[in-house]
Amino acid sequence: MSTEGQYREEAVKGEPVIKVKDLKKSFGEQHVLKGLTFDLIKGENLIVLGKSGSGKSVLIKCIVQLMTADEGTINVLGNEVGNLRAKELAELRKKIGFLFQSGALYDSMTVKENLEFPLRRIKKGISEKDIKDKTMEALEAVGLASALNKMPSQLSGGMRKRIALARTIILDPSIILYDEPTTGLDPITSQEISALINEIRNKYHTSSLIITHDMPCARAVADRALLLKEGEIYAQGTMQSIQQIEDPWVQLFFKD
Amino acid sequence: MKNFTPISKVKNIATEGSVLLSERTIARAEDAKTFFTRAGNMTLFILQTLRQFFSFPFEFKEFLKQCYEIGNRSLPLVAITGAIMGLVLTIQSRPILNDFGAESMLPQMVAVSLIREIGPVITALICAGKIGSGIGAELGSMKVTEQIEAMEVSAVNPMKYLVVTRVLAATLMIPVLVLFADALGMVGSWIGVNIKTELNIALFFSRAFSSVDFIDFIPAFIKSFFFGLVIGLVGCYKGYNAGKGTESVGIAANSAVVLSSLLIIIVDLIVVQITDLMI
Repeated sequence: MSTEGQYREEAVKGEPVIKVKDLKKSFGEQHVLKGLTFDLIKGENLIVLGKSGSGKSVLIKCIVQLMTADEGTINVLGNEVGNLRAKELAELRKKIGFLFQSGALYDSMTVKENLEFPLRRIKKGISEKDIKDKTMEALEAVGLASALNKMPSQLSGGMRKRIALARTIILDPSIILYDEPTTGLDPITSQEISALINEIRNKYHTSSLIITHDMPCARAVADRALLLKEGEIYAQGTMQSIQQIEDPWVQLFFKD
Repeated sequence: MKNFTPISKVKNIATEGSVLLSERTIARAEDAKTFFTRAGNMTLFILQTLRQFFSFPFEFKEFLKQCYEIGNRSLPLVAITGAIMGLVLTIQSRPILNDFGAESMLPQMVAVSLIREIGPVITALICAGKIGSGIGAELGSMKVTEQIEAMEVSAVNPMKYLVVTRVLAATLMIPVLVLFADALGMVGSWIGVNIKTELNIALFFSRAFSSVDFIDFIPAFIKSFFFGLVIGLVGCYKGYNAGKGTESVGIAANSAVVLSSLLIIIVDLIVVQITDLMI
């Protein structure tokens, strides 16, 4: 077994940082999540796969309370997120990084300002030197130190994702939620982003929940995977074990 | 609410008219529900804005930036509008005053009209178009591209950073723009007077302000704060609650202008009525 494989074995047995139990969410008559139960283990990369509209993005938005679940519980780092007050939720959110599908860089700010924005507001009393150092460190981690003074409109799709990732890691989160990190990118850039996700996990010891339907990315980063179908977990396990399930729908999903 | 579909037994005995009436009643109820939901959401938004305004810390740097964006960047438009307002009002009023042999009252009439009503209302309407749509489109596009959610998940309060600063900047800058428009309107009027006669600028202003009292100026100045509040709140509300997709940005900007313009007229009516009762 490779080192990565051994790591996976340890990760699955470890302490959960996110515990989702019987999570349900509906929009009117449309039942998007129909009772999801799973754990994200400390240090692992957990992939959530599924067709568009299967509730993947809703799931991670419920975890950070951008949406509220109808039923069920979500426990993040020992906190029941549904019961938190605004201040407590803000404290918890400081420990969670969120990479949006679009990158969600602030259009009116330069790359530098985008990265400094959460630092200045959250790390009170931080010195200018520390801000500068942390900004450069995050940019170097994503390989874009030269983009410091550029506006988001001057960046390519891949660069925007990298900068957004730099903004996500700048606060040293212990959990990172990725919402389709490689969507809309060419295969080479997708590969680079996938490698970056692994690098960040190894360097910052983060636990990651990664929403994707990009199979090469899933194969490159997954320790474990959940396959969602119509709001329910259809299959779970390692990528290899899921791919071996002899089910026409699963096989169709993994067909290259 | 589910659509009304008469069950077969009822359909057999109910007349076509009564079924139609039932369906209309349900449609009206749905409209009323939408109206009250929107009113409730708007009220909650205002209360949240107020709560964030009084909570520490205040985003002073962003507030100053918004004052610059709203105030300074609107100056050219307000200056041109103000000057033309005064000029046109003078040119249009001269023949009527002339008929009554009161052409010499032209500066006083223009001053009172501009300061009491035309200056604040026209400036506010112009700003509703420029500032209201700008705020609506900016926040709308931030909403559509998930930038507001990105702020929320990085534990930054978007209501405090985006909404409170813009609402406060609009509330404080619109009165300043109104004063500026009034001043330029008077200059425009002086130019208008001098098209056909010759009147010294000092004499013009001396005549103009001879009939302007604080009672003319104060209510107009106070109502311009409310106009600013309306523009800021409506723009932020529409942008912050924009739907999904790029189309929503246009809808947010457009509805911000329409609603704030309507509310400006309503606020004006209320203030005029109150002032009338007090004098």
